[in-house]
Amino acid sequence: MNLDLTPEQQAFAAEARAWLQQHVPARPLPSMDTEDGFAAHRRWEATLAEGGWSVVAWPEQYGGRDAGLIEWVLFEEEYYRAGAPTRVAQNGISLLAPILFEHGTPEQQQRYLKAMTDGSLIWAQAWSEPGAGSDLAAIRSTARRDEERGGWILNGQKIWSSRAAWADRGFGLFRSDPTAERHRGLTYFLFPLDAEGITVRPIAQLDGTTGFAEIFFDDVFVPDADVLGAPGDGWRVAMSTAGNERGLSLRAPGRFLAATDRLIDLQASRSEADETDAVVDAWIRAEAYRLYTWQTVSTVQDGGSVGAEGSMNKVFWSELDVDIHETALRILGPEAELRGPQAERDGRWAEDYLFSLSGPIYAGTNEIQRNIIAERILGLPRGGDGRRA
Amino acid sequence: MRFLPTDEQVAFAEAIDDIVEAHGGSEIAQRWAADDDEAGRALWAQFAELGLTGLRVPEEAGGFGGSASDLAVVFERLGYHGVPGPYIESIAFLPALVDADTRERLVAGAIATVAVDPLAPAALDAHAAELLFQVRSCALHPAAVREPAGSLAPTRRLALLDAQGEARALEARELALAADEAALAAAAMLIGAGERLLDEAVSYAKVREQFGRPVGEFQALKHQLADVRVALTFARPLVWNAAIALGMDEGERAVSAAKIAASDAAALAARVALQVHGAIGYTSEHSLRIWLGLAHALPAVWGTRAFHRARIARSILPGRAA
Ligand SMILES: Cc1cc2nc3c(=O)[nH]c(=O)nc-3n(C[C@H](O)[C@H](O)[C@H](O)COP(=O)(O)OP(=O)(O)OC[C@H]3O[C@@H](n4cnc5c(N)ncnc54)[C@H](O)[C@@H]3O)c2cc1C
Repeated sequence: MNLDLTPEQQAFAAEARAWLQQHVPARPLPSMDTEDGFAAHRRWEATLAEGGWSVVAWPEQYGGRDAGLIEWVLFEEEYYRAGAPTRVAQNGISLLAPILFEHGTPEQQQRYLKAMTDGSLIWAQAWSEPGAGSDLAAIRSTARRDEERGGWILNGQKIWSSRAAWADRGFGLFRSDPTAERHRGLTYFLFPLDAEGITVRPIAQLDGTTGFAEIFFDDVFVPDADVLGAPGDGWRVAMSTAGNERGLSLRAPGRFLAATDRLIDLQASRSEADETDAVVDAWIRAEAYRLYTWQTVSTVQDGGSVGAEGSMNKVFWSELDVDIHETALRILGPEAELRGPQAERDGRWAEDYLFSLSGPIYAGTNEIQRNIIAERILGLPRGGDGRRA
Repeated sequence: MRFLPTDEQVAFAEAIDDIVEAHGGSEIAQRWAADDDEAGRALWAQFAELGLTGLRVPEEAGGFGGSASDLAVVFERLGYHGVPGPYIESIAFLPALVDADTRERLVAGAIATVAVDPLAPAALDAHAAELLFQVRSCALHPAAVREPAGSLAPTRRLALLDAQGEARALEARELALAADEAALAAAAMLIGAGERLLDEAVSYAKVREQFGRPVGEFQALKHQLADVRVALTFARPLVWNAAIALGMDEGERAVSAAKIAASDAAALAARVALQVHGAIGYTSEHSLRIWLGLAHALPAVWGTRAFHRARIARSILPGRAA
């Protein structure tokens, strides 16, 4: 049992730290859920790619460094510690790419992987529908076969698609066989958001920014080349991304370690604030998350796999994130309400707080995660509820 | 980097499981609570043969020469089985503080206990111990029982001691390190007790039927049990980390984090396990009380949550150094 890094791993972390110190923008970028902010984040993706730090764990052929899992976690820690911008390319890099590597055709891999590493191709995730949230298999948007043109015709509506207002392409599930059982007969499609027949309508979020959008499909043609995996196999293909979203790949501990560091600084700067216990508890939980990640990494290195454990991560990080930000607001006292340049950190505490509130909802609500933990990990009998995953 | 128990540690843990089961499993603790020490003593003797009683004594001194992470792995199993007896005292706390002769006796399987002011002011299982000590003002005193005292945990029989005879002066640093080792062992035991409470609750929820179906189908229970799974899963790596960091720069705060997280996880496991069992869990015949007792009692000794939080605050918040 040890946490020792090899000299090579330490050198890798040092190299990342040095590069980030030089390149991370001095002032935080505007929110990526605004048009300007989105564009600025896209440029940051290009900068990252130029430095070779966009996708460290990918094969070199696609712009990566072929780094191992340990190096990847080290990089993420350095990334957040440096205060670097949130990754606007994350839907593509973290959610779609693992599936492309596993299920994509060589042609799809060529076309899409490299382009998503430098910000030139940004993806939106189009799963949810007005009638299909937690019960994702209830989706009703359809794909109808078009033999003549060699493809499919999409119809229906998606909703809550993050940054679809500015993204380039989307990926999502459509019902391609209306006669098949719920989880069967779904097909995974890739499509351009400016295709003929697509209308994207931005929706303002709690913080006022248009962070997500509805997508309407009216006879949208998608060629066979943009079907990911086999037709009818979409559910199985999609579920391999669900684990990614909840577990390691999107929620590296660096994010919460960095937030906790900011919380500690905030508490230290306000000696009158009586939140020491809450700050200490946040620190303990961020440490726990960091250490559990190393345990998971070790399990994977040993040849094990991470399945339903991603649900435990999800519950843990999302609740930690809310608690960190609630504590920060209590420390700020009456200032907590202020947003904008007059507020501490330009109002980032307030913005991050609002965003933290979405954590227990997106990527599968925490109630659904608890069902998964109870049934898949503890082996409790299935009830009539929570069959999403 | 490999942040998992080694194959040897896993094998050692399995050996402990087998030995405890062979001696009667949870019956050992139930009998201990009823003043019948025979099975508990036989188990202790068997552990001595395995090398457990000399776990943290260096090989040169006749011990097993185990690491602090060996200790963490072992004490999780002791907690899981609710093994009764002053193991934390004899194996984790005392060996580094006593003289060479006494240490030899400990390795050979002598049962010892200690009252430590103010971390563990009542001595555990003094009636069963042949060596009794009291720590005050940075000195280790031989001691004798003044009067027995009750505990929240039925399997922990406590006593207040009186110091007598010649004391052995201790260095503040060695005392602090021994106390941290005891806190680490307690944290590991709490994880074990929490895991057992969860196992018991999950098994019961699968078989107990109400309204024509197993109660484990009801989401209100499922979600509580899932929260216990999450709490224990994220507390354990803190205990492992504390074992690695023990005695190093950031060892103190690592131990404190482990003790708090393990206490909270075990306390949650206790509350949920009792709720899942309903009234049957509230009886003293039911073995659930063994682990409920540990989860209630251990968070209070070897440093309360307040003590450990204050230590972390001093470490992470600049300007808080006492
Ligand atoms: C910030 C944000 C970004 C998002 N981004 C995207 C995106 O990019 N792409 C995308 O496709 N979707 C996205 N979503 C949508 C997200 O995936 C859904 O919100 C989520 O799956 C929950 O669905 P719902 O909102 O319809 O809630 P519902 O499913 O209607 O649930 C309402 C409440 O009922 C509870 N509930 C439902 N079923 C059960 C059950 N079986 N047991 C217990 N409780 C239950 C839920 O937990 C919740 O509390 C995003 C959401 C947010 C908030």
